[in-house]
Amino acid sequence: MTNWTDVGCVADIPVQGARNLQFGGQPVAVFRTVDDRIFALVDRCPHKAGPLSQGIVHGHTVSCPLHNWRIALVSGEAQGDDKGCTPVVPMRLDGDRILLGAPAALADAA
Amino acid sequence: MATVGTTKAESDRGLVVIGNGMAGCRAVEELLEREQGRYQVTIFGAEPHVNYNRIMLSPVLAGEKTFDEIVINDRAWYADNGIELIASDPVDAIDREAKTVTARSGRTVAYDKLLIATGSDPFIIPVPGKDLPGVITFRDMADVDHMLGAAEKGGNAVVIGGGLLGLEAAHGLTLRGMKVTVLHLPGTLMERQLDEAAGWLLKSALEARGQTILTKADTAEIVGEHHVEGVRLKDGTLIPASLVVMAVGIRPSVKLARDAGLEVGRGIKVDDHMVTSDPDVLAVGECVEHDGLVYGLVAPLWEMCRALADGLVERHSGYKGSVTSTKLKVAGLDVFSAGDFLGGDGAEDIVLRDASRGIYKRVVVKDDRVVGAVLYGDTSDGGWYFDLLKKGEDISPIRDMLIFGQAYASGGGQGDPSSAVAALSDDAEICGCNGVSKARVVQSIVGGAVSLDAVRSTCKASASCGSCTNLVEHLLSLTLGADYGGARTTKTLCKCTSFGHGDVRREIVAQGMRSIPEVMQKLHWSTPDGCSGCRPALNYYLLCALPGDYKDDQQSRFVNERMHANIQKDGTYSVVPRMWGGLTTPKELRAIADVVEKFNAPMVKVTGGQRLDIFGIKGEDLPAVWADLNAAGMVSGHAYGKSLRTVKTCVGTDWCRFGTQDSTGLGVKTEQMTWGSWMPHKFKIAVSGCPRNCAEATIKDFGVICVDSGYELHVGGNGGIKVRVTDLLCKVATEEEAMHYCAAFTQLYREEAHYLERTAPWIERIGLEYVKSRVVEDGEGRDALAARFLFSQRFTQDDPWAKRVAGEDAQFHQPLMMAAAE
Ligand SMILES: Cc1cc2nc3c(=O)[nH]c(=O)nc-3n(C[C@H](O)[C@H](O)[C@H](O)COP(=O)(O)OP(=O)(O)OC[C@H]3O[C@@H](n4cnc5c(N)ncnc54)[C@H](O)[C@@H]3O)c2cc1C
Ligand code: SF4
Ligand code: FES
Repeated sequence: MTNWTDVGCVADIPVQGARNLQFGGQPVAVFRTVDDRIFALVDRCPHKAGPLSQGIVHGHTVSCPLHNWRIALVSGEAQGDDKGCTPVVPMRLDGDRILLGAPAALADAA
Repeated sequence: MATVGTTKAESDRGLVVIGNGMAGCRAVEELLEREQGRYQVTIFGAEPHVNYNRIMLSPVLAGEKTFDEIVINDRAWYADNGIELIASDPVDAIDREAKTVTARSGRTVAYDKLLIATGSDPFIIPVPGKDLPGVITFRDMADVDHMLGAAEKGGNAVVIGGGLLGLEAAHGLTLRGMKVTVLHLPGTLMERQLDEAAGWLLKSALEARGQTILTKADTAEIVGEHHVEGVRLKDGTLIPASLVVMAVGIRPSVKLARDAGLEVGRGIKVDDHMVTSDPDVLAVGECVEHDGLVYGLVAPLWEMCRALADGLVERHSGYKGSVTSTKLKVAGLDVFSAGDFLGGDGAEDIVLRDASRGIYKRVVVKDDRVVGAVLYGDTSDGGWYFDLLKKGEDISPIRDMLIFGQAYASGGGQGDPSSAVAALSDDAEICGCNGVSKARVVQSIVGGAVSLDAVRSTCKASASCGSCTNLVEHLLSLTLGADYGGARTTKTLCKCTSFGHGDVRREIVAQGMRSIPEVMQKLHWSTPDGCSGCRPALNYYLLCALPGDYKDDQQSRFVNERMHANIQKDGTYSVVPRMWGGLTTPKELRAIADVVEKFNAPMVKVTGGQRLDIFGIKGEDLPAVWADLNAAGMVSGHAYGKSLRTVKTCVGTDWCRFGTQDSTGLGVKTEQMTWGSWMPHKFKIAVSGCPRNCAEATIKDFGVICVDSGYELHVGGNGGIKVRVTDLLCKVATEEEAMHYCAAFTQLYREEAHYLERTAPWIERIGLEYVKSRVVEDGEGRDALAARFLFSQRFTQDDPWAKRVAGEDAQFHQPLMMAAAE
């Protein structure tokens, strides 16, 4: 069973932007794309741990603010020729509320 | 188990329906179609009407239809089928033990099977004033009557919510003569259905019809004494209104079901035959949740009603969920959307933008299947795409032609676009913007224009909106055959466009474009919202072209500019306050020292530009740091920005025995003139008091060397990876002239360089002679450049830190949980 924690509502996240938080002992980034979808990833770029929450969000990807790697929001995987992946944080929406999945699941992922 | 069903005749079975709406009545219709007289049907309706077509309320509001025209089943239908309609009497309670329902009037009716079809309740945002008279929702005929009554008096209406419903309400009210303002919280209208590009087109079209559309508009309160008088936004704006329509969303109406102890999630939970957790209670329509999903459109209801009726007569098809598509019912605005329109991982966008016809089409393809589509302006192929989507058909054989629509894609013979171009007649128009015929294009290619750029500059084809770029390229390859390399000589701005930086800048000015989505539409961007390469560039180009008018797009800025601080490798930030000309005071030093201690900054460093850099500040502490620095009179040093960084100085005549002029004073004045301006890249200035050049002015973007007879002005230096010594621009006699030339040069660079191109490569690309011809030889031009620079400075010389300290964009600094904890 996953435990879900309410971390805020969709309107808290700027469109084409992100907010970050500490969740289950990990930095987590919650993104909102131009089509109003929400995604959650561990806020650590697979390259050199850049804070993805501070990147530019375009389409369903984010460009890392440090060296511009492009990370897919659905999978956390680096795009193009870059190789690497940051864990996806279990996320679901209940109406406008954003729920993140249990810390246990995160600790496994990390 | 139907307890009475075994003893009574089949036809005596009682089916009670709660909700005389679209789903409730359709379910009954489906049932009657399968088996007449199996159930004795009673329908309760809260509204006083017979069953009408709710989606046609919009045309009724707009005056395109009357109520009578939208009735689905009239009184005769109820009578003919022996259905008892109990209208204007909402059911208040369900007793599942006794198997009865009780309505408000006290009437109690027993059932064998109960069908709940209560639809949705409009969502009311919980702001002060929401209960004032004049604040209504858009859900039923009573709401429409209310709006019509209000519209008769004229005046202002505010519609909160720029979704399907809100826009239809706004449209109707506009046609009824009201002055309508739509408030929409997200940045894009109908953001659940449309991408940014289509949303922008829609917004422009509605504005052209006289509506005011405010996106990113957050309602704070509805004001008024005894009746609404207006709406106040969180940013303080007050919009007067005598009518406020809330159309921000709907929630499944589940209260009855919940009170009766049925299983409820977001909606009433049902299985594939619309049976709830109680086998004798069914539910259908917007009030249900099937397989985790709730629906707010009619198409799925029809499928649900079929499954429900099949189940009731013991046929077993079952409901498998629905894919939906949406159309906006506003005359003359064709908008269509279906499926997943930003496909994410592994999905590809096929985009067609035709600026002159106002058309935008985007089909999202994944694994050779259509998974989503957004169409604006021409929606005639919506049904076809939706069909491909639902059937999951392999589209690889028609992929190249998919975006042109069904007629083209199934045309077979036209498969090769090159041969189609070859078949065009000589006088066929290739470039609509510039009226260039095929013959004219071929003629210039034969005449030596062997690249796209050359064609663009000789005959202008494809030089404006660019939509004919493909045609021109086909002509190039047809005409030149193997000689056509296909390669473009100038680099495109990024992979989202076929235009280079220069073209984009020119077109922004020439066509008077005003927003990023507009540029993307008019210049046929191939992606829905660009990438991290083009968005910051476009944001800058617009900012430069429209000083004071253009609203900066924070989400198109790199983090340093968004946060007004430098991000460092550990994710903390460093902060550099401005120290004019490198001068400082005890008070400033004390403020900096205090900040360092208070926020435990691990390091302070003197920068190469003679400023102090405070390292290791956490993102959430930045506003507090700035507040303290602001309090000591210090403003942002813009050390993070594509903007003027520092003006480095030496001590000059005041102290130095070699100094010939007041280099420090000139540096301070120059910094005060230039600070805060956004640039294509970082920009540095220095002023040295004599040719010994202690301020290293000859490796700056703009450098001044003071000499006995005046000032030598130097440009295009770079101390970075590739060191470049400045070129001498000219010599001037006075401080005023030095500053005037500085302003003119800076503006030329701001207006003409590519984004992320520093002055050094820029000058190497365009040549020093060109810069001289604009800044030195052309006096009038110089004055105009300087005037434009100073004009634009009027809007940018306010400290971004102070705004943040005052609370602007606070969300960039707070972790999300804090919001959740409120
Ligand atoms: C203005 C407007 C425009 C729309 N345009 C479109 C469109 O273009 N395309 C599209 O697909 N969809 C559109 N929709 C949505 C569509 O109308 C709904 O999806 C559909 O009506 C839902 O059907 P339903 O039977 O579940 O609910 P409804 O049609 O809302 O019916 C529910 C009925 O139950 C009644 N009721 C509720 N509680 C009780 C109670 N306790 N006792 C008795 N009666 C009760 C209500 O009064 C109502 O009459 C539009 C909706 C509106 C309001
Ligand atoms: S540049 Fe000349 S005036 Fe300035 S400090 Fe050096 S020697 Fe003195
Ligand atoms: S840390 Fe993300 S790209 Fe280098």
